[in-house]
Parts: sequence; structure tokens; C-alpha cells
Amino acid sequence: MLKFVLTKIGMAALVALTVSFISFILLFMAGDPAIAIAGEGASGEVIAAIRSQYGFDRPLLVQYVDWLMRALSGDFGMSYYFKAPVSGMIAERLPVTMTIGFLGMSFALLLAIPMGVLAAAFPNTLIDRLALGIAVVGQAIPSFWFGLILIVVFSVNLGWVPASGTRQWTGYVLPMIVLGYYATPAIMRLTRAGMLEVLSADYIRTARAKGIKPRRVLFKHALRNAIIPVVSLAAVQLGFMFGGSVVVETIFALHGAGYLAWESISRNDLPTMQALILIFAMFYIAFTFLADVLNAWLDPRLRTV
Amino acid sequence: MSNTSLTISPGLPAASPAPSRVLARKALRHRGFMVGFLILLFVGLTALFAPLIAPYDPYKQDLLARLAPPVFLGGDWKHLLGTDALGRDYLSRLIYGARVSLLIGFTAALISAVIGTTLGVLGGYFGGKVDAVVMFIVSVRLALPATLVALAVVALFGGSLTVVVSVLGLLLWDRFAVVLRSATMQVRQMDYIAAAEVLGASLPRILFKDVLPNVMNQLIVIVTLEMAHAIILEAALSFLGLGVQPPTPSWGLMISEGKEMLLFESWLITIPGIALFILVFSINMLGDGIRDVTAPEGRN
Amino acid sequence: MTHTATPVLSIRNLTIDLPKGGDRPHAVSNLSLDIHEKEILCIVGESGSGKSITSFAAMGLLPKILKPSAGEILFEGRDVLKLSEAEHADLRGSRMGMIFQEPMSALNPCYTVGNQIEEVFEAHAQMSKAERRARTLALLKEVRLPDPERLYHAYPHQLSGGQRQRIVIAIALAMEPRLLIADEPTTALDVTTQAQILDMFKALKESRKAGILFVTHDFDVVAELADRVLVMQKGLVVEQGTAEQVLNNPSHPYTRMLIDAVPKRHGVKGNPDMSTPIALRVAGIEKTYSTARTMFKPARKVHAVKPTDFTVLEGQTLGIVGESGSGKTTLVRCLMGLVEPDEGSVWIGSSRLETTTAAGRRDFRKHIQIVFQDPYGALNPRRKIGDLLIEGAVNFGVPRSQAMEKARALLKIVRLEEDALDRYPAQFSGGQRQRISIARALMVEPKILIADEAVSALDVSVQKDVLKLLDDIRKAVGLTVIFITHDLRVAAEISDHILVMSKGEVVEYGTVDDVFGNPQHSYTRQLLAAMPGRGWEAPDMAAPGPADAAR
Repeated sequence: MLKFVLTKIGMAALVALTVSFISFILLFMAGDPAIAIAGEGASGEVIAAIRSQYGFDRPLLVQYVDWLMRALSGDFGMSYYFKAPVSGMIAERLPVTMTIGFLGMSFALLLAIPMGVLAAAFPNTLIDRLALGIAVVGQAIPSFWFGLILIVVFSVNLGWVPASGTRQWTGYVLPMIVLGYYATPAIMRLTRAGMLEVLSADYIRTARAKGIKPRRVLFKHALRNAIIPVVSLAAVQLGFMFGGSVVVETIFALHGAGYLAWESISRNDLPTMQALILIFAMFYIAFTFLADVLNAWLDPRLRTV
Repeated sequence: MSNTSLTISPGLPAASPAPSRVLARKALRHRGFMVGFLILLFVGLTALFAPLIAPYDPYKQDLLARLAPPVFLGGDWKHLLGTDALGRDYLSRLIYGARVSLLIGFTAALISAVIGTTLGVLGGYFGGKVDAVVMFIVSVRLALPATLVALAVVALFGGSLTVVVSVLGLLLWDRFAVVLRSATMQVRQMDYIAAAEVLGASLPRILFKDVLPNVMNQLIVIVTLEMAHAIILEAALSFLGLGVQPPTPSWGLMISEGKEMLLFESWLITIPGIALFILVFSINMLGDGIRDVTAPEGRN
Repeated sequence: MTHTATPVLSIRNLTIDLPKGGDRPHAVSNLSLDIHEKEILCIVGESGSGKSITSFAAMGLLPKILKPSAGEILFEGRDVLKLSEAEHADLRGSRMGMIFQEPMSALNPCYTVGNQIEEVFEAHAQMSKAERRARTLALLKEVRLPDPERLYHAYPHQLSGGQRQRIVIAIALAMEPRLLIADEPTTALDVTTQAQILDMFKALKESRKAGILFVTHDFDVVAELADRVLVMQKGLVVEQGTAEQVLNNPSHPYTRMLIDAVPKRHGVKGNPDMSTPIALRVAGIEKTYSTARTMFKPARKVHAVKPTDFTVLEGQTLGIVGESGSGKTTLVRCLMGLVEPDEGSVWIGSSRLETTTAAGRRDFRKHIQIVFQDPYGALNPRRKIGDLLIEGAVNFGVPRSQAMEKARALLKIVRLEEDALDRYPAQFSGGQRQRISIARALMVEPKILIADEAVSALDVSVQKDVLKLLDDIRKAVGLTVIFITHDLRVAAEISDHILVMSKGEVVEYGTVDDVFGNPQHSYTRQLLAAMPGRGWEAPDMAAPGPADAAR
């Protein structure tokens, strides 16, 4: 088990390193950061001065290593636009993003897994159709539009929840639903498909031949096997939710890391963009790593490398 | 002996019709497939013949006729779906918007299909070190937050149609790679691959004649899924102001422009939103239909 | 045999409907049978005969689309067809137990062996945890598994197929059932493992007070075990009687056909002609696999094939026999150039085959061709038969139209209609597909044909056809055949010489009669002893049966 965990950690670290390099290069290649800092129309001398002050005249690789070393110690530099340390801004904004992310995922899991299991246990019944309907609509509905519609209905017309901000806890309700519903279809369909496949497996027949009651067959023997791919998917989805929080946070004017990303992108604020892309990638890597460990606990066959 | 102990005999195989006929018959009988196909056909034809169908020039502003409501909200028949804040005919913009969505969705899906299929098939066929490299590339891609990277690239390079299509195409290939890798792995183990090798077939011949045709079903299903995905993502980028730039009629942009009037003229966002929903819905139905129709016997 | 006691299981006029659109309306029609205490009843039949469906119906495990429409299944005096699902579940695992065909997938991969056995006690008995554990360990010992304490904590994937099947048997036996149903329980196992499991069934018949319903396709297994036999064909019982009656004096033509198709256990070809030239010589072929080096474990070498030498004479058939893991598959892959042997060489006539370069491998494939085991996996489902057949010839430079002509001619030789060219593999049965595979291999006019378990996936009657076809073609075109099989009987039926492999090594080589009559190596003797039905020699069906005589 230790060996398994160590190998996974090594792999995750390698992916993280590559991602950091890509996010650094990608944005660096895009334009001259000195101009971005100095602003349009600055004189040549000013730009040259900025270039040497920030070290932009050094070889790219040197700059990358320098940036990475600082990043590892938690220093992502100063924001060009906000003129404040990037790390501090992100630390301040992350809790909002994490809250709606975990709330959204909980919403998705609580809706999708029971519905998926029921749909598989009673195929072609009303509950199966309902689950399919929820999934099909969820897949086709664009989240930003869904968010706006929810605002129109529940904030503007009914006045139940605030349309924006997080001063009250109710401000989290709509973002949670929008993010959660985004992840629901895939999880529900995978749960249903996995359960259907597992339910036709030989070992389910063995369990039934043992005289185990249907409910126990479903929950002890089938669900544990069917949930394994769902765990992986949920981790990936949670990672996507963090990365995609920019959309939801913009609609509901939540001042989270996603909103910060949108601000920094629209203002060409390179250090903030780089830091956010790296941090969201790290979240993704951490989630999938945890999912691997959880799955190894669920299925002994996965414990070998 | 058959491998499953409970075989329900499926009729005499020698009398069964050709696979293509069976497929066509199954497709015609599949409700979801037909619904998706017909809607997509309708949207596609509308987009294709937009200049003939659209009642107005989608760019033509008429400041005297700003924010005219659609017919069903008490507007007149001059502007069926009303006009936007600049007095442009909403129906015309909607029709031209279908062009943008379909063009971006299809092209982006095609680009990512080529990238993802190449990676997936190579990884799945060769296994070992090649596969490890492919899986690593896929992990890196998945770790990069797609929406953010797309926004950043569009912000840096400008929001032309080409940039948006390229960015989406270069970002959405992961599912192709993952699915085709595992599909290819299964095919690779089949004896017909060994048989082709033994019969002197070259590697490209095996890949194109034996591997690709047998993973084609999965490939087509993913093309539909990713096309839908690209359309939604384009709309989201445009909505955030970092996708297709005004005055191009994109549905995401229309929703974004309508957002200002959210409280008073909510139809401005409802109409393009429903259009987007229906298009994505039809593509997904088509994809699900293809998966059902091409699924091997006895599985659902 | 007379029974005064009431039978454990009594099926009366059972009919089970097939869903509409099948090739027949009933999976099983009007079936009646009785099983008594301490008795083994074998149901024999080919695939699709309804034999498994009958056993599943008694257990209440039929898939939902199959509905019993008439008759009754009386178990301990109650009609189980009238029981609710919960009532039936109470009987399953306690009063009736079942053993399945595929031991590899019959156990839940996520739970330990101990957990999965104890679950039976949890479901059907009031027992303390310690008592459940003690009973479980006793069961593991009873099914002759080594080191029960360790196995108790093992997961299924850590065990072999034979071990897993014993655990399934332990689960079935846990509550001392009155009825034990076994559905092809040894079909997926090696012959030596099969022999051990069959022995266990014989012992169980004596030690437990249960009736055993044993479903199989193999008449040798029937001969080994059965007290009484029931033969099924397409859902109908065609013959029922004592083992002695059915095996030695079958009356129904279908039974006679099946028994006639059972491979004989002695050479049928007489002594081979030793004067023909050598067609193929294998000199010192060797293959080791190394497990990949990981961060923590050094690379390890596994000898799949130890240095191997043998020859095959022109126009003859060499049978290579071995159980799973014997190295026979790796040997084939080396011969086909699908894997590169570490050492050694292959000679065809007097020329050495070049396996190190792609061009060399291509070249020798004109000389050696292969027919694979699985008729469903060996033909690309997306290509028409014509396209499949000409693949080899076209790759070796024959013009398309000429290749098509040849394909037509070959279809005739393998006894298929010419219109097969425009059809897809899905439109053919397993036996037909195997004949297409043979035709495909012959398209490049090889000198040597390797048949890799080519008939193992087929029903006995079809098996016989394909074997005969192969032998006819060998004679007609002077082909040399290497026949790989796990089944000694099949090897005996078709081979001139037999080569026995075990653990990557050739342990025995000789003529069929030598190997069967005077085996030299202990492994061969063990293999021969493990063959089921040794006390029974299939009667000669050329002599008229009682039914024919009466006519």
C-alpha cells in the first residue's frame, strides 16, 4: 500500500511540474510582460527599465526556475494590476471557491448516486425515466444561462435568495445548484451504467445463489464495485468545478478565485493568471490522487502498481 | 462451449441480414436518435441557408426600433422575436448565431478528434512506454483548467473565430484519447489483429483497416459529445466577453448582451438560451442514439 | 436403481418460454426429471439445448426475460415456481446450493474469501462471530484448500481458478443443502484441476445427504460421475436413463450422434510413416519474459518456453498438448513471429526462418499460417468475408481479382456457399467461422498450418466436422499441421505424433499410441490419469442401436 501511494505521488508530482512549466510558458509567450506592466504607449526606456528590474531579460528557463522556486515557497510575485502580492489575494479568495465547489459536489453526489442506483435497480420504470430526464436536461443546459434563469426566477421574481454576494448563507444556494447540476448528469449516468453492468456480473449471481436478500445484494455486492469508476469521475469533476468556477462566480458576483481569474485575465495580469492556473491544476491533481487512494481501499485489485 | 452458461439463442446466424441494414432499421426505430437527428438537420439547414431565411441583416441597427418585444409578448409581426438594445432583429441574429455555434462546434470537435484519436489509438495499440507517455500527456491536459486557459489565450491573442476554434480544438481532445485508448486496447487483443499481422498486413494497414473501423462507433459518439461541449464552451467564453467578439451574432454573446436587461427584458436571454439548449440537446440525443444503435447485441 | 423415498427435486412438465423473435418458442419444453438423495443426475447437451436454463429455473435465478409458463418444480414437496422472491431466497444457499461455470468471475473481487463464505451463515443462521469463523475454516478444509487461515483473509484475485471454484463449492455446501446444482463447473478448468473437482463431487455424493444436478456438455464427465443421465436437444429431453444405458446403449439418434462425436482415446491413424522428409524443425527455441522493473522491485525473469527442440514430418500432424501456463501459447507466438524468441531457430525444410527483421518475418508467413481458437474474435466484424479472405494474398502481391477467384475456390473446399464472400462474419455460426478462418489461412498456400485450440470453443458435433475437414485438407494438399490443444482426446483423434508440454518444457514426445499406452514422464501419466471417463469407451455407433434394431 505504501509503495502504491508513493508511486502515485511521484506521478502526481511529475504532472504538476509539467503543468507549471506549461502555464508559465503559455502566458509568457503571449506578449511582452514589460509592456503589460508599463501600459500602452510607454517609452522605450521605461520598458527597458522594467525589463531589467523584473528580470525579463534573463533566459526563459532561468526565469522559470526562479518563478517555480518562489512559487514553491508560496511567493507568486506581485500582481501587475492590483499591485499586491498574488499569494495573499488568492488565499483571501479561495475559501469562497472551495465552499461552492464542495457544496456543488455534495449536491451532485446526493442527487446523482441514489438516482443512478434506483434507475439501475428498476430499469425502464418511472424512476429510470426521471433520472434520464434530469441527466439529459443537465447535459444540454449551459450553466451560465441556467444561473441567470435561476436568478430571474428565485431572486428577482420570488425574492427567496439574494442574486449575488455571500453576505448571507443563502447566497450560496443558487451557485451550489448550478455547479452541482453541471456535474450531475455524468455521475448519474456512470452510476446507472456501472450498476447495470455489475448487476449482470457472475458474482452477483453467486450472491443471489447464496440466498442474500436483494437489498443487500444491491448495496453490499453491487454498489461497492459500481462506485469505483464514479469516485474517479467525481474527482475529475470536482477539479473541473474549481477550474470552471470562473463562470459561476462571475454570474453570481462571488468574490472567489474564479472571479479573480476573470479579473486578472481581462486585465492581462500575468502573475495572477499563472498562479491561478497552477493552483487549480494542483487541486485537480490532489483530488484525483485522493480518488486513486480511495479506490485502492475499495478494490484490493487496485492496490498493486 | 459458449463462455456464458446462459445463452439465449439469437436465431440462426446464417439467415441474419447484413449489419448495415440492421443498423439502419435500429436507427429508424430509435426515438432519441430520430428526434436528435431531425432537430440537428433543421438547425443545420437553417444555418446553411441563413441568408435566404433571415428576415433582416443581423448587423443592421435600427435605433428607432430598439428592444421591441417578440410577438408572443405583445410585439408586432415585423420583428418576430423582437429586437435587441441596438435595434437589430433578434430572429435574424439567432439564425446567424446557429452558423457560429455549428461551425465552432464541428471544427473544434474535428481538431480534437484528430489529436485525441491519434494519441489514444497509438497508446492503446502499442501499450508499454508509448502508452505511458500518452497517459502522461492526457493527465497534464486534464490538470490544466480548460476554461481558464481558453479565456487566457483568447484574452492574449484576441477573440477571432479562428482563435476560439483552435483553442477549443486544442483543449477538448482528452476524452477522445481516453476512450479510444481503452477501445483500442480491447481491439488489440482480438485474434483478428494477430491474424492480420500473420497475413503480412503492414502496420498502417492494420491501424486503418482493422483497428479504426472497430473503434469508429465510440469515436462518433465522442465527436457528438465534444461538439456539444465545444458549443457550450464557446457560448460561455463569449458570455464572459472573451470569446467571439461583437458584433458577430453568437448565442453566448447575445445572452451576455441581454444580461444587462435581465430584470426587465428577460426574453433577451431566454430566447438564445433555449436555442442553445435545443441544439446541444439534439446533438446529445443523436450521440446517445448512435451509442444505443451500434451497441453489440444484448447490451443496452 | 430404485428409490422408495420421495425425490429431493422433482420437475414436472416444465416449459420455459423464450422471448419472441428467437429461433424457437420455448427454451425448455415439457421437461420432467427427478433427483434423489445421494444421486448424481447429469444433464447433457450442446450449447442452446436448454440444459443450463433448467438448472437456473430450479434455483430461481432465471433472467427476467425467461418465464416458466407451465409445469412445476417440486423441491421438498413445495412448488418453487409459486414462491415469492424472498421465500426462494431463503431456500437458496441454505436448502439448495449452486456452482457455476466461470470461477474467475464468480466471486466478488472487493471482499475476502472469509467474508464471502460467512455471509451465507449470516443470511441463514443465528451464529456467533466465532462460530461462523470456525465453520468457515472447516469448510475450507473440507474442500481441500491448503492453509485455510491464510485463505480466509485472501482476496479472490490472489487465487487460481481451481481454488476459486473450491470456494464457490464451499459456499454452496455451507448450510448442508439437500440439492446441489452444478452448471458446467469444470469446463473452465485444466484437466488435472477438473479431475480433483470431479473427485470432490464423488466424495460429496457419499458424505452429504444431497441430490446433485450436474450440467455438462462432456460425455466423459458424464461417464465419470453420473448415476442417471438426461440428454437435451433444443429444449427437449430426447433420452433419459441410467448412465450405463445412455452411455453404452443410446437409443435416440441425437444421443448416438453426440457419443459418436466424442474423440476416441487412442490413435486412429495407425503408425505414422517415418520416411517422409522433415517439414519443420524447431531448434532450441527459448523465450523468457521479464517483469518490468519498477521503482521498488528489480526486474524478474519468467521462463515461458525453455529451450525446445522438435520436428514435424511433411504431411503429418503434430499435436502439442499442455495445460494453461504450459508455454504452448508462447511457443505458437514464437513460431508465428508474433513474439521474438530469445534463442533458437526455426527451419522449414532446409531454410532457416529469419525472425529478426520485418521483411524476414513477412517472408516466412507465406510458409506458416494459423487458425485461432475463438471463432468470434478471429474475424474482423467490420469486413466482408471476401475482403478477409484475400487479405493475405493481396499483401503478398497477388492481384485482387485473382485472389478473389482463389477465395471462391477455397470456400468450396471448406464447404461454404460462394455468396459468403459478400457477407459479414456476424452472419455465420461458430463452426462456419472456423471454416472461414481455415480458408483464410490456406489463401497464402502455406506449407505448415498451426491450429491453436481451433476446435476448443465448438460443440462436440461441430468439433468433429471441423477436425475432419482439417484432416481432409491436409491429405488433399499435403499440408503439415501443428495442432495445439489442452485436450488429450482431441490430440489423439487427429495427430500422428504428440508432444506434451509442462511449465515451458517438452516432457514427452512420441506417437499417439506410445504416449497413451506407455507414457514415460510422470506429468504425462498424471495428465492421462486426470482424463475423465477412463472406465468408459464410447461404443461404436456403426453397429445398430436398439432403436434401429427394433425398426
